[in-house]
Amino acid sequence: MFDWRWDFTFEILPRLLGATLNTLMAAGIGYGIALVVGLVFALAQRTPYWSVTAVVREAVEFIRSTPLVLQIFFVFYVGPQFGIRLSPWTSGMIAIGLHYAAYLSEVYRGGIESVPRGQWEASKALNFSTARTYFRIVIPQALPASLPGMGNYLVGIFKDTPMLSVIGVAELMHTANALGSETYRFLEPYTLVGVIFLAISLPTAAGLRFFEAWVRRTLGMTRSH
Amino acid sequence: MTYAEFLSQYGVRFIDGAIVTAEQTVLAIVVAVSIAVVMGLMRLSQSLLVRGVATVYIEIFRGTSLLVQLFWIFFVLPLFGLPLEKFTAGFLAVGMNLGAYGAEVVRGAIQSVPRGQYEAALALNMSPATRMRRIIFPQALVLMLPPWGNLLIELLKGTALVALISVTDLMFEAKQINGSTFLSIEAFGTALIIYYVMARLVISPSMRWLELVMARRMGQA
Repeated sequence: MFDWRWDFTFEILPRLLGATLNTLMAAGIGYGIALVVGLVFALAQRTPYWSVTAVVREAVEFIRSTPLVLQIFFVFYVGPQFGIRLSPWTSGMIAIGLHYAAYLSEVYRGGIESVPRGQWEASKALNFSTARTYFRIVIPQALPASLPGMGNYLVGIFKDTPMLSVIGVAELMHTANALGSETYRFLEPYTLVGVIFLAISLPTAAGLRFFEAWVRRTLGMTRSH
Repeated sequence: MTYAEFLSQYGVRFIDGAIVTAEQTVLAIVVAVSIAVVMGLMRLSQSLLVRGVATVYIEIFRGTSLLVQLFWIFFVLPLFGLPLEKFTAGFLAVGMNLGAYGAEVVRGAIQSVPRGQYEAALALNMSPATRMRRIIFPQALVLMLPPWGNLLIELLKGTALVALISVTDLMFEAKQINGSTFLSIEAFGTALIIYYVMARLVISPSMRWLELVMARRMGQA
């Protein structure tokens, strides 16, 4: 290819692979936050208090319809205005975790709504508490329906981690930018970043499809088309 | 400084930025929709080669980050003798990225049109092109509008990244204003609200209106 230097490629590859670990860690931590907070967002919209539902609903809509990169800046810069200094990692994880929590809450909501009404009525007839109904009856059944959406957002959060570079989190994109400005060579760093992303996201997506099929089979939920 | 003073001093810059964001969004929508229709149809082609080209395009653009694609188009393409203006690189990258997602929506919608419609068109001796243009695509269009509504909001959000290659959009202005005033809540908060208004009060209602118009034209309302 045009002016592609293999010696340079092998020189920068270790640094980029090191940064890949940071990228994976950022995606993992962010996703962990999103899984938990997303459930809180979803359940908060199902309480009997309409004001709670309305506020959480609007917050979720707000987070979902504004750019993540702007939210990352917001979290990072607003703290110091009140004397709270957050590190790039902390603010990055808060921003990306909340962003994907909003998305995941919609996935959970869909899953919970897909559980037939009769299951609720049966739990009531058995005198189960609301918590027990959720954790023993509803969520286990809602989970398989939510898996495809959850998988998509796992790959999604991984692909959004480059935005953390804007506040200085040393992930892949940040490292590629640094290499570019040190060496004035952009072809290899940026191309390698793209290749690394493809090499991780395509097998992950395929693996997730496989996992969903396995879960459906294990639970005896083979879909008939 | 009160918020009113802040707005009277910097309001114009937010408006300028919002106009650039709107331009980027509209141009990116044109790119995304064109690519989505072409690639979506190519994915359904009989020819393995045509199908393969579309699959590779879609997998590359969906498998990597928009930010990576944007930087690649802006910093690497010039090395291949294809220098792009930052404004052009911005909407092209956003449009090409969302076009890949859109292609899957187009393909899915076309495949959801009932089989009988193909058979009826065949029975009426329509050519494959006429069948697609007059029978299949209009019905697929009604099916694909709701997912496109979500994609267009993703697209609007995606345009915020063009600020990172110094296109003076809303995000860029917010960053500049934050840098010179250190009023972060005001600077970033105002920009967030403007994005929210664009998504919820412009894009969503327009798409719902379009869905209604299309459904009526198809006699489904």
